[in-house]
Amino acid sequence: MPENGPKNVLGKLTRRQIAWRIVQDIKEGAYVNLGIGQPELVADLLPAEREVILHSENGILGLGPKPAPEDADEDLINAGKKHATLVTGGAFFHHADSFAMVRGGHLDVCVLGAFQVAANGDLANWTTGGNDLLPAVGGAMDLAAGSKKVFAMMDHNSKDGSPKIVERCTYPLTGRACVTTIYTDIAVIDIKPDGCVVREKFADMSLDALQARTGARLTLANDWRPFAIPDVG
Amino acid sequence: MVNKEKASLDEAVADIPDGATIHVGGFGGVGIPVDLCDALYRQGAKDLTIVNNGVASGKIGLASLIGGGRVRKIICSFPRTPNPEVFEKKYRAGEIELELVPQGTLAERIRAAGAGIGAFYTPTSVGTPLAEGKETRVLQGREMVLEHPLHADFALVKADKADRWGNLTYRKSARNFGPIMCMAAKTAIVQVREIVPLGALDPETIATPSIFVGRIVSVPNPTKEM
Repeated sequence: MPENGPKNVLGKLTRRQIAWRIVQDIKEGAYVNLGIGQPELVADLLPAEREVILHSENGILGLGPKPAPEDADEDLINAGKKHATLVTGGAFFHHADSFAMVRGGHLDVCVLGAFQVAANGDLANWTTGGNDLLPAVGGAMDLAAGSKKVFAMMDHNSKDGSPKIVERCTYPLTGRACVTTIYTDIAVIDIKPDGCVVREKFADMSLDALQARTGARLTLANDWRPFAIPDVG
Repeated sequence: MVNKEKASLDEAVADIPDGATIHVGGFGGVGIPVDLCDALYRQGAKDLTIVNNGVASGKIGLASLIGGGRVRKIICSFPRTPNPEVFEKKYRAGEIELELVPQGTLAERIRAAGAGIGAFYTPTSVGTPLAEGKETRVLQGREMVLEHPLHADFALVKADKADRWGNLTYRKSARNFGPIMCMAAKTAIVQVREIVPLGALDPETIATPSIFVGRIVSVPNPTKEM
């Protein structure tokens, strides 16, 4: 079993480091949808030589980076409603085709933010059930139901310290048993038929210490590895 | 000679009655037919049911219909658009009904209406509050939710070019809901940047064939929502 991984002075990964870690699990040729917010960082960290084709709900395959202000096209935005570009080889299509790609199992990976993930892969990411914000679901339920792999990208704990990985979600669900892997600021955890299996963590954080910050029972994979994540800011 | 061109925006929307169900194209301000919505506001129809991905940003176009109390119900996936204040005020006051639909289910319900499908089963929303009260069935070993088509009396859509038959092309991500909304409405009313002679559109690039289009109106400099 590995003993010594690099120490992290913060004691946690930065959001860009979580994004970098997710990138390591996305293969060349993959069709990928990145949720709005934190998951958009994944696009910034994809190596230029790896061809990964990004899907956007509003009818785009081959979503490219943000344009320079003078190159912005009023008819070309991403699902986050920001100006976007199309890469060479990209395509446009209408909304029903776009969600045929999503729901029909054609996307290899989607990366979504999460409020809670349960030990069985249940995902809650669209509402906390409160009345302070307008209810809005967008494409999250379709992505959760249809993607071959659903990666949840999130902080391990809420701002108040409560665990976001739980035995059972208390917030309204986005999808049932859909998350395949959780990437947090302190661990990479696969959802397996028998629950949460830690695949990566800091070498100097014990499983007990990780467990203390987690609301679902963890087991350590036999082939777990310590984080080896570069400083990407 | 077939000619679906209307002389003005106001003429194009003149017969929309109170109580109509209207599909409004656009996503995040792109492809939204602001000028047709403004014409409908001037026309005065009320008690409308609107189907759109969001609820409109700002104060013009669809937002003016909502703010002006013309909309009884809105069916959408993402009412938390940038600057949704006009909708939010009406919603919090209980003056507008909201039906929240997952975006892919919304698109497929629209497509199904245009394609003559009676209803369909989808895995999206199973186990969530949006599936409550809906029929479910296990198909291909998986629980699915029954969803019904979303028909419309009219669609208001923005496209790039049209010919006098009503064949349409779109630009980039402005296509979004346009093609399926044209299919699903009894009468699709389309504002286009340019009307070109019949035969000038490459048949290989026509995204909406004329059979789905009722009226076209030329708006060379469309108003932007954002």
